[in-house]
Amino acid sequence: MEGFAATTRIEGSTAVVDMSGLLDRAAEPVLAAAFGAALESGSGPIAFNFTDVEYINSTGIALVVGALAKARTSGRSIRAFGLTDHYREIFTITRLSDFMGIFEDETAAVAG
Amino acid sequence: MALLKRNRRVPEAPSGEANPMRVHPGVPIAAHDPFHAYLLQAGGPVDLAKLDLESDAVTALRAAGTVLVVPLINQGELLGTLSLGPRLSDQPYSSDDRRLLSSLASQVAPAVKVANLVKEREAETKQRERIEQELRVAALIQQTLLPKQLPSPPGWQIDAYYRPARVVGGDFYDFIPLSGGRLGFVVGDVTDKGVPAALVMATTRSNLRAAAQRSDSPGAVLADANGILVEEIPLGMFVTCLFGVLDTGSGEVRFANAGHNLPYVRRNGEVIELRATGMPLGLMPGMTYDEVVAVLQPGEVMVLSSDGIVEAHGPDGEMFGFGAVRRTIGLAPDTDVIGHLLEGFDRFVGPAHEAEDDVTLVSIRRAAGAAESAAVFANAPVSVLAEFAVPSEEGNERTIMEMVAASVVGAGFPPDRLERLKTAVAEAAMNAIEHGNGGDPLLDVGVRVEARGEELAVLITDHGGGTGVMPVEVPDMEAKLAGEQKPRGWGLFLIEKMVDTMLTHDDGTHHVIELVMRRGEK
Repeated sequence: MEGFAATTRIEGSTAVVDMSGLLDRAAEPVLAAAFGAALESGSGPIAFNFTDVEYINSTGIALVVGALAKARTSGRSIRAFGLTDHYREIFTITRLSDFMGIFEDETAAVAG
Repeated sequence: MALLKRNRRVPEAPSGEANPMRVHPGVPIAAHDPFHAYLLQAGGPVDLAKLDLESDAVTALRAAGTVLVVPLINQGELLGTLSLGPRLSDQPYSSDDRRLLSSLASQVAPAVKVANLVKEREAETKQRERIEQELRVAALIQQTLLPKQLPSPPGWQIDAYYRPARVVGGDFYDFIPLSGGRLGFVVGDVTDKGVPAALVMATTRSNLRAAAQRSDSPGAVLADANGILVEEIPLGMFVTCLFGVLDTGSGEVRFANAGHNLPYVRRNGEVIELRATGMPLGLMPGMTYDEVVAVLQPGEVMVLSSDGIVEAHGPDGEMFGFGAVRRTIGLAPDTDVIGHLLEGFDRFVGPAHEAEDDVTLVSIRRAAGAAESAAVFANAPVSVLAEFAVPSEEGNERTIMEMVAASVVGAGFPPDRLERLKTAVAEAAMNAIEHGNGGDPLLDVGVRVEARGEELAVLITDHGGGTGVMPVEVPDMEAKLAGEQKPRGWGLFLIEKMVDTMLTHDDGTHHVIELVMRRGEK
């Protein structure tokens, strides 16, 4: 699938950002809008759903880093789930995983 | 005794005294002489005195003193005659004499037949040996003059192939080193075969070598060679020939054509014909030759051939043809166009094929990137799994990533290592597109995948050479989150983490990133 899509929904106190497609530079405005909605949704954790994300490049990593930085200034915690083993490894190498909780699935992510 | 046809010489007669029958020298009997037909149906000795026949042979025999002619017939074929003079006793030949002679003739005839066959076979063998010897000489001349070693200018891959026909044809090719990094190349075909063709080929080759030193213009070189050859060449022979000069620095190819097959260039997956025409060498004096100039871009290959491949026939009599040659070149792997062409050719002609004509192929390929040339010409044997170029457009890094991934299927990468390779390739390709080529879609990113024994290398080439090494800021997550570093800047960091070795090369024009990974488990 070409392109990128992101929507935000609320599950309990957690804002879940469902993403699909290619997380690269072209994804920036779409992700910014969805993440902005998540930030405005309340004060609970924000969980990125990577289940349907096919590809993340270094620009996509930068977008996640940018979101993480914003969340920290707003005092929101960031979680992630649905990452493949490969992207989990990249989150580890980049130390993103030191600053966000990595969960197996949505249930675990929402439960924290 | 006279033997007809191939052996008309008669053995020396023993002296008459000891022999009751004198032997006369043979008289040839022509096949159209009525006496020939007469003897065939005579059924025994023929008494010339009683014969009433208008025949030159009979006249000659009588003049030689022959009175009795005994035909030697085998299976309805008149092999010769026994010609006898008068009996020493001057008595006429008795019926006993005639029976004896008939019986003798019937036994001699098969022996003569066998002797004739043996002589024929010997003559055939001699003739065959003579032809074979001539072919050996021709082949020797040809092989002596074909280049022993192919030139390997840096950044270029030059291959040549020559397969002689059953009867050696007159194909040749040659490379002539010239000043200023230029290389002359020749592919030619002498009409006719065997030693004369080989000698004309030798003359043409040395004429071209000399002419190439006198002029920089391929058209002038052919005109010069033609002027000399037209004086020397045997009547009815001529030479088709393509002569060109490659500038190994710029990739410019300047060539002229004397009636030879046109060269093909494979460019962006398409095979185009470079058209230049002119009369073959050695036909007419005062010929001029048009010049054509083309530039071979990195990754492009030019293929020169003789008509032995185009005009070869398949088992059903169909010709291989220009179309098939073109299609096959179009589908060939970059670094083995000749091999692929020969495979297609051999498949077409079938296993029972007897080469009708020489097959000559020369390919001149410009390496896709600087690092490639280093690898091809300096390193251990390398097998190229893929080689392609992609325009610098956003998103094409994923195309490159998928194409590289497809090329290493079966290379023994476990899935997790393959994912790492894909990420590294995509990042390197993105750098090449955005930074090296500045996002200019007219500039290509060159990609080459090599299997080097246990290692796999992916070379990604852009046009950003000579701009200095890109400053690499080691990304620091804390600093980025604190706003002290920009969120971006993960590319090179990721590449280095994903592959076993990352190298960069810069030749002043091109920037190459070389990603090396061991195959199999870590």
